[in-house]
Amino acid sequence: MAYPMYEVDWSVLPPEQNRRFNPAFNIATIKQVVNEAIERVAPVSVRMPTPTRLRDLIRQIRAARTAAEERSVVNKECAYIRSTFREEDSVWRCRNIAKLLYIHMLGYPAHFGQLECLKLIASPRFTDKRVGYLGAMLLLDERQDVHLLITNCLKNDLNSNTQFVVGLALCTLGAIASPEMARDLASEVERLIKSPNAYIKKKAALCAFRIIRRVPDLMEMFLPATRSLLTEKNHGVLITGVTLITEMCENSPDTLNHFKKIVPNLVRILKNLILAGYSPEHDVSGVSDPFLQVKILRLLRILGKNDAEASEAMNDILAQVATNTETSKNVGNTILYETVLSIMDIKSESSLRVLAVNILGRFLLNNDKNIRYVALNTLLRTVHVDTSAVQRHRTTILECLKDPDISIRRRAMELSFALVNGQNIRGMMKELLAFLERSDAEFKAHCSSAVVLAAERYAPSDKWHLDTLFKVLLKAGNYLRDDTVSSTIQIISSAATERQAYGAMRLWTSLEQSAVSGLATEKQPLIQVAAWTIGEYGDLLVSEASSAISMVDEDGVDDFVRPTEEYVIDIYQKLLWSTQLSISTKEFLLLSLAKLSTRFTTQASQEKIRVIIDTFGSHIHIELQQRGVELSQLFRQYGHLRPALLERMPAMEPVAAPHRDEQELDLSDTSPDHTKPDQDALLDLINGSDSLTNGDVEHQPEQIATTNNNTSSNDILDLLSGLDLTPSVPAAAPAVLLANNNVEPSAAPAALLLDGLFAPPATPQPPHPADGAEWERAVLERGGVRVCVSARRAAGAAATLTARATSQLHTLTDFLFQAAVPKKIQLDMMSPSGTTLSPQGEITQVLKVTNPTKTPLRLRIRVSYNIDGTPVLEQTEINNFPADLFN
Amino acid sequence: MMQFMLLFSRQGKLRLQKWYVAHPDKLKKKITRELITTVLARKPKMCSFLEWKDVKVVYKRYASLYFCCAMEQEDNELLTLELIHRYVELLDKYLGSVCELDIIFNFEKAYFILDELVLGGELQETSKKNVLKAIAAQDLLQEEETPQGFFEDHGLG
Repeated sequence: MAYPMYEVDWSVLPPEQNRRFNPAFNIATIKQVVNEAIERVAPVSVRMPTPTRLRDLIRQIRAARTAAEERSVVNKECAYIRSTFREEDSVWRCRNIAKLLYIHMLGYPAHFGQLECLKLIASPRFTDKRVGYLGAMLLLDERQDVHLLITNCLKNDLNSNTQFVVGLALCTLGAIASPEMARDLASEVERLIKSPNAYIKKKAALCAFRIIRRVPDLMEMFLPATRSLLTEKNHGVLITGVTLITEMCENSPDTLNHFKKIVPNLVRILKNLILAGYSPEHDVSGVSDPFLQVKILRLLRILGKNDAEASEAMNDILAQVATNTETSKNVGNTILYETVLSIMDIKSESSLRVLAVNILGRFLLNNDKNIRYVALNTLLRTVHVDTSAVQRHRTTILECLKDPDISIRRRAMELSFALVNGQNIRGMMKELLAFLERSDAEFKAHCSSAVVLAAERYAPSDKWHLDTLFKVLLKAGNYLRDDTVSSTIQIISSAATERQAYGAMRLWTSLEQSAVSGLATEKQPLIQVAAWTIGEYGDLLVSEASSAISMVDEDGVDDFVRPTEEYVIDIYQKLLWSTQLSISTKEFLLLSLAKLSTRFTTQASQEKIRVIIDTFGSHIHIELQQRGVELSQLFRQYGHLRPALLERMPAMEPVAAPHRDEQELDLSDTSPDHTKPDQDALLDLINGSDSLTNGDVEHQPEQIATTNNNTSSNDILDLLSGLDLTPSVPAAAPAVLLANNNVEPSAAPAALLLDGLFAPPATPQPPHPADGAEWERAVLERGGVRVCVSARRAAGAAATLTARATSQLHTLTDFLFQAAVPKKIQLDMMSPSGTTLSPQGEITQVLKVTNPTKTPLRLRIRVSYNIDGTPVLEQTEINNFPADLFN
Repeated sequence: MMQFMLLFSRQGKLRLQKWYVAHPDKLKKKITRELITTVLARKPKMCSFLEWKDVKVVYKRYASLYFCCAMEQEDNELLTLELIHRYVELLDKYLGSVCELDIIFNFEKAYFILDELVLGGELQETSKKNVLKAIAAQDLLQEEETPQGFFEDHGLG
């Protein structure tokens, strides 16, 4: 029946009130009028007109030609439906909700129908209940208030005399049970499991399954009723019973043991299924109830795992299933798949395992993609049980790496990595590297990490290991994980000199190719490793003495051309001036370039390096600018320091964790003494400082600034390795260094650096007071907590304040130090050494105060912390700083 | 356990959605949109399985409709295909050589059938006959209580 059209233009009333009146004279209108006349005299008083029928609304919406048109139809109907909700006791409520559910599926909001669904559920009519529960399942979220209402409705209906009403309630409970609902209704469900009616029994069993999923504690109460489910004939009850028992067994080991005794029952049911003749009711292409078979096989697997006795009991039936199942159809393979999983998981006989692996071998060669996928999946799950059996299929698996289907490729990749071992590493890696190169972006990170790991584990030789890492760098591009850069650098640094030269030469070729072809931006990790290596071993790269090293690659080609020093610098220049490379890559390159100035010998290359470095003195990025300025100083006043400063790094310790540097620094931050044996270069350097010259002291701000860097690169540490610190450097200095290391690069240290570097040479005052005059006061002392502030003159009109907090009795948590100074004075706070203060420990907080106007310094400090969970806040002001602090 | 089931057309229009896990509406919409795009982008020759986020999506196309189930990692993918096929068979039996239009116009029936086949994300009945019998009996209950109006304008219409 066509929808009775009515013309908007003809009416002065809004559409929903104007349905009765329709000037168009057609059969639809007549029907409408007649219907309404009937309704008016009908015993049920209906004030609203007959609403649009569900199918008519669907038709109307489908007739909409544009999205806007559809929206207008929907909005109109929604407005109408809303208005009907105000009516009590509407006979059309179920129709309106049904329409709303359709509208909801189209993606329009329909939450306003939630309460109406509850009204429908509470109605005595079955139609209302059916639509109401459907609406509840679709529209209800986990909102508390509505859930409480529906719990009451469910409780009523679970006690209904009509099996279908009970069925609806169980179905809804199974779909939307919240933990609260599960608790409230568990006993009702338990009662229904024991119902003699199979229709209710099976639904109640699955409801129990869901309840246990949501609230595992409720399992106990269902245990007694569950076992009898397996004695039923009805397949619905059997399959739901098996599902419930499976969930219980996975839930607790005790229950698993409790159910071991049902193995014979399960075996019998399975045997009956296989041996029973054709039964049309449960047959699926010649297989009797595959759904039930699979569920039983899965439960057997769980029961037989690590249990020789149970496994023994199911060996025969598994063999029977594995040999008798027909494999030409999907359904047969479904059962075989589950059987193979069970055979591999339980303690089965070896002949059975051979059978299972053979089935998988057949699966792998199957034309059906789905079966191949399943085979790969199963092999991956069984590879730990029987690697050699899976190894036999290696060629086929590697072939699957080339499959156009991403699902199959992913499985094949994971399986391939599981198969790599010391014997096949060369061949496997060749395939996997080829895969890495052509693989999708989403695989690259995972695949490259796996290659790096496998190479580390099974590398047949150092050279092969390096070659593989270089290939990964080349092929994974920017998808490579950050820690691979540092671990590769570490491996090169601890290799033999010959290998280091080889690495520099190989990486040079890649670097040059990337730079010339303009692909450097896509391969930044490669550029970083290459820059580091060439910076360290640049002398070996250009030296003729390295000609003895064979550069023949796997294909027997030696395409290495020894570059001239000038050419290397040209390539560096090209990369450094590129706008596309990341700052961190440029930092690598810039330091590497500075290092090359002490590795290369010709005057022309020296001159070029100097020019490039000078240009960075005005770089827009503060970090690079800072490096540019620092390094260019090494070509001028402090040129005599350069060779020592840029010396080759000592071999690095193997990397334990990806972010070793930061972790160790953090550790050392919290410990008062820095003499740990396992520190890395930076800390050794600070501790092992003995000799000094006056020149070194002047460089201290520079060192501070240089370490102010968040990259995990080790080369910056190297920069310092030639330097020793003065023992008369105040105790605060290590803290400054350490603190700075954790700070984001910011303008503050840079300003400090410039203060140091550009201080007029004529200034008689050295950057650090050589007399070591330090002012120190205890500013806060309460309840065993003591805060001291020490002040020290710094270069320019600046001072370094160090606050030290100690606690004698308690451990303080969330320790926070805040400070404020008058407006004319500038204050920079470094990171504190920690936020937790233990009785023997100390928290230091360094503050940089710049006071260009030299006004008297006043400092207000606030300290907050927690003692045993009680927050404490203390505040004080210090205004007795020495008058000459800024002179 | 099945987490959710979606039916959608080749044009990406949602035809049925059944959720067995609690998600906010917004997230459901997002998942639906993303999954439909991903599945539609796959070529017909590819396998029916898709590892997507933390679920395993099993899908199959019947004429213009995609049937798509999100399963847990432990579930048997091939069996899920059988389950989808069983559902299609039931729809076919009930609606009579079912097509996409039938499901659009009888979406509530499609839900009713699914609810007799699957409960709480697990299969509850392996006999087609029993499912159809239960549906028919409930339809009859509905008919009996619906007064027959002049132009059969009662019930859902």
